[in-house]
Amino acid sequence: MSATAFVAATSPRSGGLRRFASQEALLAVAVIGLAVVVGFINPRFLATRNLADILLGNAYIAVAAVGMSMVIISGNIDISVGALIGVLATLSGSMAVAGIPIALCWLTPLIFGVAVMAAQGAVVAYLRIPAIVVTLGMMSILKGGLISVTGGKWITDLPQNFHLADLNLFGAPMPVVIMVVATVLAALWMRYSAAGRAIYATGGNAEAARLCGVNPQRTVVMVFALHGLLAGLAALVYATQLRVIQSTTPPGLELTVITASVVGGVSILGGVGTVVGSTLAAILIAEITSALVFINVSPYWTDALRGALILATVIADIVRRRRRAARGWKR
Amino acid sequence: MTAPPASGAALLQVRDIEKTFPGVRALSGVSFEVKSGEAHALLGENGAGKSTLIKIVSGVYEPNSGAILVDGREMHFATPEDAKRAGVATIYQELLLFPELTVAENIFLGHAPRGALGRIDWAAMRAKAEELLASLEIDDLTADMIVGSLSVGNRQRVEILRALSHEARILIMDEPTAALTESDVTRLFDIVRRLKARGVGIVYISHRLDEIFAIADRVTVLRDGAYVGAREVADTNAAELVQMMVGRRIENLFPKMEVPIGAPVLEARDVVRRPMTKNVSLTVRAGEIVGLAGLVGSGRSELAQTIFGVTPAQSGEIRLLGQAVKIESPESARAKGIAYVPEDRSVQGLVRAMSVLHNFSLAALNGLSRWGFIDRGAERRMAERGVERFSVRTSSVDEVAGRLSGGNQQKIVLGKWLANNPKLLILDEPTRGIDVGAKAEIHRLMGELTAAGVAILMISSELPEVLGMSDRVLVMREGRLVAEFDRAHATSEAVGAAMMGGDAHMEKAA
Repeated sequence: MSATAFVAATSPRSGGLRRFASQEALLAVAVIGLAVVVGFINPRFLATRNLADILLGNAYIAVAAVGMSMVIISGNIDISVGALIGVLATLSGSMAVAGIPIALCWLTPLIFGVAVMAAQGAVVAYLRIPAIVVTLGMMSILKGGLISVTGGKWITDLPQNFHLADLNLFGAPMPVVIMVVATVLAALWMRYSAAGRAIYATGGNAEAARLCGVNPQRTVVMVFALHGLLAGLAALVYATQLRVIQSTTPPGLELTVITASVVGGVSILGGVGTVVGSTLAAILIAEITSALVFINVSPYWTDALRGALILATVIADIVRRRRRAARGWKR
Repeated sequence: MTAPPASGAALLQVRDIEKTFPGVRALSGVSFEVKSGEAHALLGENGAGKSTLIKIVSGVYEPNSGAILVDGREMHFATPEDAKRAGVATIYQELLLFPELTVAENIFLGHAPRGALGRIDWAAMRAKAEELLASLEIDDLTADMIVGSLSVGNRQRVEILRALSHEARILIMDEPTAALTESDVTRLFDIVRRLKARGVGIVYISHRLDEIFAIADRVTVLRDGAYVGAREVADTNAAELVQMMVGRRIENLFPKMEVPIGAPVLEARDVVRRPMTKNVSLTVRAGEIVGLAGLVGSGRSELAQTIFGVTPAQSGEIRLLGQAVKIESPESARAKGIAYVPEDRSVQGLVRAMSVLHNFSLAALNGLSRWGFIDRGAERRMAERGVERFSVRTSSVDEVAGRLSGGNQQKIVLGKWLANNPKLLILDEPTRGIDVGAKAEIHRLMGELTAAGVAILMISSELPEVLGMSDRVLVMREGRLVAEFDRAHATSEAVGAAMMGGDAHMEKAA
């Protein structure tokens, strides 16, 4: 029942949502409300250990969703991010096992992430190929390439100092620090910088943006490069949490990331949304998955619920837009 | 009910058609008729109601009142299918063909010859298609060609054949030559003559006078949705038709400010951008409004976009304030002090999902930013000043721009550019589709800007606006500047004739 309560909560009430900001407020309420309801049914859900697991285990998804949100706001999409995170995690782990200095092992996924994504952004922007096609191709290349190169071998015996995610900063675990810092910086940048504004304008109306002197192509490449940086960061959090890195990609990771963005209030049509919403949504989705276990619902329902959440949010977004468009066109 | 045909063999009669859309009277009291074997031209400026009229005759719209008679019998066309059944076929400007299918398949789509068990009889279909092609002596097309590989002219012929396959007796052609090359036009006229000889009645919509003199027998002129008059083509001349189309209108509608005109701001020499801008030279001075008149498709917007760097010039010289410049992108145009208010606000002018505030600052972000971050106080002050100065009616600057009315949206588009203090302002249809009050405010603003020394190049399809606001009028036709008038000599007749390209006929008439 809890999950359906959230689906209802994220859809607009009859009065309609006046401000986009309320999507974040709604998500925050949902995150807390779910914890309270599930905690009431099964108090063990609220154990510090469990809540920490939810946050730590999913921080990398939230980090990747920050980048994904920027990409979607710019009017594009990326479905290669899951495969890329798998590749970067494997790359970083392999370097560590090979005895390469740890700092370099940590830096490399960031650099490669930027390079791969910027290249894709350039193809999308300058060759005018839809992002879904470009990133679909890249996803296959990365997935196939990874399994061919590693032969599916697991990476074990990682050096002790590789595990960045085990560190604490000011008493907070590193994955949570990275998630919060990435979200806050990205949110400030999207809101207050000229480049961030250019992303919204490009996604909202690329033609109008161009005539205003914004360079949509450059903007798209920049967005993809940033998304690559965040994907590298996500891969780093993910890889350094594990004792064993399986050299495959986490199944369905790209969809989880896109779900977080969309449920977070980022319009699939571009131009609208915030990265704070996507981070909250990533936490909510992780929370729902965990809650199902604690209230004895088969985890097989996770995917179905996630799907329902996407549909509800997207339908709400479209309905909202239609209503706004109908008002805008009057007279 | 069965009124006898008024004269001889009027195939199609349209009587007293009235059509209103919410808030707009599109047509009132419009009548015309087409006889068998006759080509009847419908003539009028953009927005005169030609397209609405043919949509009514072809069953797309239902009229509020009035009658449509075919063979003297009153008809009610609720759908385009009804019109087709009555023998009325329409060829629209956008051809409705399936590019992946063959000529024969396109012609017989929906009414293919059937064999046993309802399966399509492909052989019969091809034979019939070849028969149709032969009947018009079209020998460079075959039934098996894929339509997507054909030229626009050939596709149009396929569409005509499709109409004939429906046994159409009345063929409506909406600006059929708009996208055709010279030789395609000749072939089209050949087909029209053959159809006339067969007794098909043709309704021919165009605003090219020379075509009307070449192909039509009679012409009906519309203006502002009203019937102005009908003439036998043999008994009229271009000057009379232009006069009928343009009419005489009040000249005092436009509060033109008298402003001293200064030094040249924009000087263009032999600017070329293929395919639509051909060796254009013009000058716009400080404090001057230069009106750019011309028909839709004459290359006015393309010229504006070339000056603004959207489609940079391929050759020629552009000088700004006396200095030769290279404008390669809207970004560089903006940096050099050019502003451009595009024609289609919803597509090009406004980011509808963003707030009024953010739309206002979009063209000025560089100036408002320091270290890449926006000075939000300055941004808000700028937007609030703009909202006040342009009397934008909005609850606050945080309102989503897409929710405002068209006139208010246009004021934002204009306002965001003026925040940059441009030297040259290019306005493309600045008042299209907005109400009279907002229109007057925009005209007043243009006056204020010229008083501040801004040079304005204004494109408008409304002749009264061009004549009322401009210090000089330039006329474009087919990508070239063909005429220039100063304010004193810019009469609607003279400018109208230059737009139509009817000079030859004018001279004949004079």
